[in-house]
Amino acid sequence: MSDATWFLGVAAFSRRGVIVSAGAAAAATSAPGIVSAEPPAKAGEATVAVTLVVDGQPRRLDLDPRVTLLDALREHLHLTGTKKGCDHGQCGACTVLVGGRRINSCLTLAVMHDGDQVTTIEGLGSPERLHPLQAAFVKHDGFQCGYCTSGQICSAVGMLDEIRRGVPSHVTEDLAQVAYSDDEVRERMSGNICRCAAYPNIVAAIREVHEGAVA
Amino acid sequence: MRPFTYQRANSPAEAAAAVARTPGAKFIAGGTNLLDLMKLEVETPQHLVDVNHLGLDQVQPTPERGLRIGALVRNTDLAADARVRRDYGVLSRALLSGASGQLRNKATTAGNLLQRTRCPYFYDVTKPCNKRTPGSGCAAIEGVSRDLAVLGGSEACIATYPSDMAVAMRALDATIETVDGAGAVRTIPIAELHRLPGDMPEVDTTLRSGEMITAVTLPPPIVGRHVYRKVRDRASYAFALVSIAAVLGDGHRRVAFGGLAPKPWRVEAAEAHRTAQEIADVALAGARPTRQNAFKLTLARRTLAAVVEA
Repeated sequence: MSDATWFLGVAAFSRRGVIVSAGAAAAATSAPGIVSAEPPAKAGEATVAVTLVVDGQPRRLDLDPRVTLLDALREHLHLTGTKKGCDHGQCGACTVLVGGRRINSCLTLAVMHDGDQVTTIEGLGSPERLHPLQAAFVKHDGFQCGYCTSGQICSAVGMLDEIRRGVPSHVTEDLAQVAYSDDEVRERMSGNICRCAAYPNIVAAIREVHEGAVA
Repeated sequence: MRPFTYQRANSPAEAAAAVARTPGAKFIAGGTNLLDLMKLEVETPQHLVDVNHLGLDQVQPTPERGLRIGALVRNTDLAADARVRRDYGVLSRALLSGASGQLRNKATTAGNLLQRTRCPYFYDVTKPCNKRTPGSGCAAIEGVSRDLAVLGGSEACIATYPSDMAVAMRALDATIETVDGAGAVRTIPIAELHRLPGDMPEVDTTLRSGEMITAVTLPPPIVGRHVYRKVRDRASYAFALVSIAAVLGDGHRRVAFGGLAPKPWRVEAAEAHRTAQEIADVALAGARPTRQNAFKLTLARRTLAAVVEA
């Protein structure tokens, strides 16, 4: 079985899983609990209080511990810019920045992020005031259907910061010399899949923002 | 996902004690592998102990001129650490060849070591799998086995161990530090951390119940050319078909293989030989491939030749 078919198989499976777990989470309403050294009496009954600082705003939630950061953003805070693709960390559609670093919001629990700073696509820019990467994606036609785009843009913000901080990549020839190149961008963005294959235009959009930032 | 309870631990000993005394409890750090498996109900913990806030996120020099890597150091940070890049290039390269940028930002050193196989039958809860459900049988041996083990497997399981990082750590002879539920600490050579499946494939490691990894220590740097060569179906973001971690010095060499076995595969006796062919003859002796994955042996030999004779 190739990695590609393995990916599709798991993604298809997860779509059914999403429906089941979303229903179960919605049904689990009960008294708020607290994080303590002692585990609550019974799994599935207690919620956990968590405060996420989302796009600069503290947001207090009482959540079933099963709720992922992605579902907290979408289903509880109604910030639907962040997308659910595979729900298994394979497609990158759910990418957000936590403490300025890009992560897959589907593969982390919201309760693990009490007090953390979360930046979503809604926090990067607005329709009236686009983030430079948003403007560059529009200019370079860096998408067709747009489903992966918020993940691509959040990922690119984190990725450009990683290059600035000197984090090497698999294609960095000399580990001591980290520099921007299109090859670096292709490697570093491999965690974001675009089913419409807008890749050349995504690379062009990111390049323009990088050149603007260093000019 | 099945329901579970959650607690945030305040110290490694407290975390280990909580997991040891709570039935069905597991540690959660990065969560990138565990949550994936929980969504599929391959893993069904009843309680999670969050170990992300224990201060185990530092890389520090040791008195022996090595490095002590905290269990919670993220893969990105370890790969980017200036000392790792300069003195342990094989480790930096191995980390950077694994997963995606987003996953490396979250995945931890200890979690990477303890990640579970990506055998498709382990993931598919509608199929028999002795690793997931002991005694249910192995669907892989007579099934789609192209990606699976050619060395170290058993009649019960031919799953491969997926980590790249651990293959480099095996070549470097890292040691694992742990604490258990009673507060006792011990060190385990990385060669002894992962076990072969035998008739108990459900047990991946020699860690005891509630035992928690707190650090990985690297011995002093080994002078030589540090190489991590990974062969996979895609150029990025894919598991290895075959990988080789090597340190090639003047009169000494270390060679460990990934993608071939249920653990990082290193045969020290092979390393005294001169040519890639001689090394491979010893290191890959006893291989038992299936019809679908026999190509991995040829691929391993050719990759080794490319690494050693470059």
